[in-house]
Amino acid sequence: MRRRRSQTESLEERPSEARAARTDRPSRYKRTMPKTVLVLGATSAIAQAWMRLLAPRGASFFLAARNAAHLDSVAKDLATRGATAVYVETADLDDTAGHVALLERAVAALGDVDCALIAHGVLGDQAAGERDFAVAAASLQTNFLSTVSLATWLANYFAAQYRGSLVVISSVAGDRGRKSNYIYGSAKAGMNAFLDGVRNRLDREGVQVLTVRPGFVATPMTAHLPQGPLFATPDAVARDILHAIEHRRDVLYTPWFWRWIMALVRMIPEWKFKRMDL
Amino acid sequence: MASKPKAPVFESWGRYPKLDVRVEPLFWTDEYPRGTRLPPSVLAVGMGRSYGDVCLLEGGTLLSTLGMDRLLHFEAATGLLRCESGVTLDQILRFAVPRGWFLPVTPGTKYVTVGGAIANDVHGKNHHVAASFGNHVPRFELVRSDGSRAICSVDENPEMYHATIGGMGLTGLITWAEVLLRPIASRKIRYTAIKFSGIDDFLAISGSSRSECTMAWIDCISQGRAFARGIYMQGDYSEVLEPKKASPKPRLSVPFDFPSWALNRTSMRIFNGLYYRKQLRRQVTGLVDYEPFFYPLDSVLHWNRIYGKRGFLQFQCVIPWRYGRDGILAILETIAESGMASFLAVLKVMGEIPSVGLMSFPQPGITLALDIALKPEVTFPLFERLAEMTRELGGRLYPAKDACMTGQQFRSFYPQWEQFAVYRDPAFTSAFWERVTADA
Repeated sequence: MRRRRSQTESLEERPSEARAARTDRPSRYKRTMPKTVLVLGATSAIAQAWMRLLAPRGASFFLAARNAAHLDSVAKDLATRGATAVYVETADLDDTAGHVALLERAVAALGDVDCALIAHGVLGDQAAGERDFAVAAASLQTNFLSTVSLATWLANYFAAQYRGSLVVISSVAGDRGRKSNYIYGSAKAGMNAFLDGVRNRLDREGVQVLTVRPGFVATPMTAHLPQGPLFATPDAVARDILHAIEHRRDVLYTPWFWRWIMALVRMIPEWKFKRMDL
Repeated sequence: MASKPKAPVFESWGRYPKLDVRVEPLFWTDEYPRGTRLPPSVLAVGMGRSYGDVCLLEGGTLLSTLGMDRLLHFEAATGLLRCESGVTLDQILRFAVPRGWFLPVTPGTKYVTVGGAIANDVHGKNHHVAASFGNHVPRFELVRSDGSRAICSVDENPEMYHATIGGMGLTGLITWAEVLLRPIASRKIRYTAIKFSGIDDFLAISGSSRSECTMAWIDCISQGRAFARGIYMQGDYSEVLEPKKASPKPRLSVPFDFPSWALNRTSMRIFNGLYYRKQLRRQVTGLVDYEPFFYPLDSVLHWNRIYGKRGFLQFQCVIPWRYGRDGILAILETIAESGMASFLAVLKVMGEIPSVGLMSFPQPGITLALDIALKPEVTFPLFERLAEMTRELGGRLYPAKDACMTGQQFRSFYPQWEQFAVYRDPAFTSAFWERVTADA
């Protein structure tokens, strides 16, 4: 009950929102198309593709990423495609100490935030991580701890607003540890469990928590891997993410077939799984 | 951690020659040459829509620019778009058409990148009034293998500007470019199709046409009375103001390679006969969307698979006016006698406006372009003959479509090649360039 009321309230507060939305979509979408968007790790290929879907509809963006030159070209792209406003900040998101100030500046710039996308991450060097804990710890810092830090603040922010969408890019690699990338996978598994908990906590506050679990996506992260038929484009993943936000989904496997692949992978008994080459 | 990287197969649109290439994707304009273990030779490549080997390189690295696909700035008052070089013409149209702008010049496919359009200085149906693509690119940035970055325009680094346009990607990596778009009122084209019965008929119609976009489909198979018949197509942008939506994505695709016997003399004769007769009246007019008018083949993805695994060659020459009529007739006769032509043969009059590129293909005269399926024992001798005829007639072939011309022929088509070679980046080369300069 409370959830529905809070959504209506938010619409009444911002009557221009429904009007501003373009008319070539069914009416159901207008309400949930994010208009003020915070993106952490904005130079990630999936984040860029997703933002390109929103920019022509006049969304405003606050972008944070590590590389200033890359961030600048992403910001220009969004502005050219019709974004209402694009704020950028160069930030190393591994540095959790800077998170609170960064997020506060983002909220101050945007006014309020409809949707936050946490998209930064590194695949990391599995072989090096097996030998050296420092390498594994760095992967966990980037892929897990920094997300926990950002999501903690954002969860409280959205809870206080009784609305909003927290979207985090996880991975199918978090569904089961495999010898080829279990350090990355374990960070994503931790992230998945953490987000399940946050979702459970924030459901009654009217806040959506979306865990995005992509399979293989053709991005700079995977450019060194041989590209097989299972590879999806960032555009396809981005469309799935937007659809999942509009329909207030919880966990998104993208492309869709990964839900079934991973269901099968999870069903393999451990005595068998441990002997497999995965 | 990764297993050994396997070389992805990269083919040019004609699927010949088949070379063992290595592709390294670029995602940002500052990625090359910093950081990469400098490979000895590189070549920037976009969609790989050129037909022969200008976009291939054996033993080196192809730098794929498709990840550099950002729009950097758009001036709504003038139509000046600045974008990264991996942006495709399709992406530009999706952006520009709803805003009332169109490409100043477009080739017969929109699936080419801006970088590729500059490197091959592509031309389109409006060549006689708008010249080629490079004429509408006021500025771009060029990165050289020594790490230097230079903005090139008529005023800044003019020599490099002229060498890069039509420079087949050999002068360095284009990271971004500015394209001056043209305004449109609607997606529609006012279109007229006129049947012609021979080359003189074609020249008469062409001489009296005042349209902005013109080209002709020509039957290159039939001999005798039907020889050199065709359909002349002309169009102008409709001036009736209309809402303009972006195009939908194409749905059709050729899912597999056709067997090599599917396209033969008989099936091609039947196709050409039907195509000529699809229009009963001598002249048909109408209003059509720009998609079927400019990009009839783009509606079927991977259409090159109909030529089978072996691929095909494309022949495109331009013959100057001095020998234009008789030269084209002689070439058409040679092609018709061989019986090898297919259904995609195009004839067009090229205009007088000079290209800005040093090595650009267009020159005033008549240009003929057609696909020929690859049957080694017939196709190569035919191409040798056609190239030699082109040379004798004072014309030239189009490197973007070529896989066969000899070094000697290239150097007589483009006598300015030595001047151009000075501007070539020492690390940039292509299978085409290696081929035509090997014996120099």
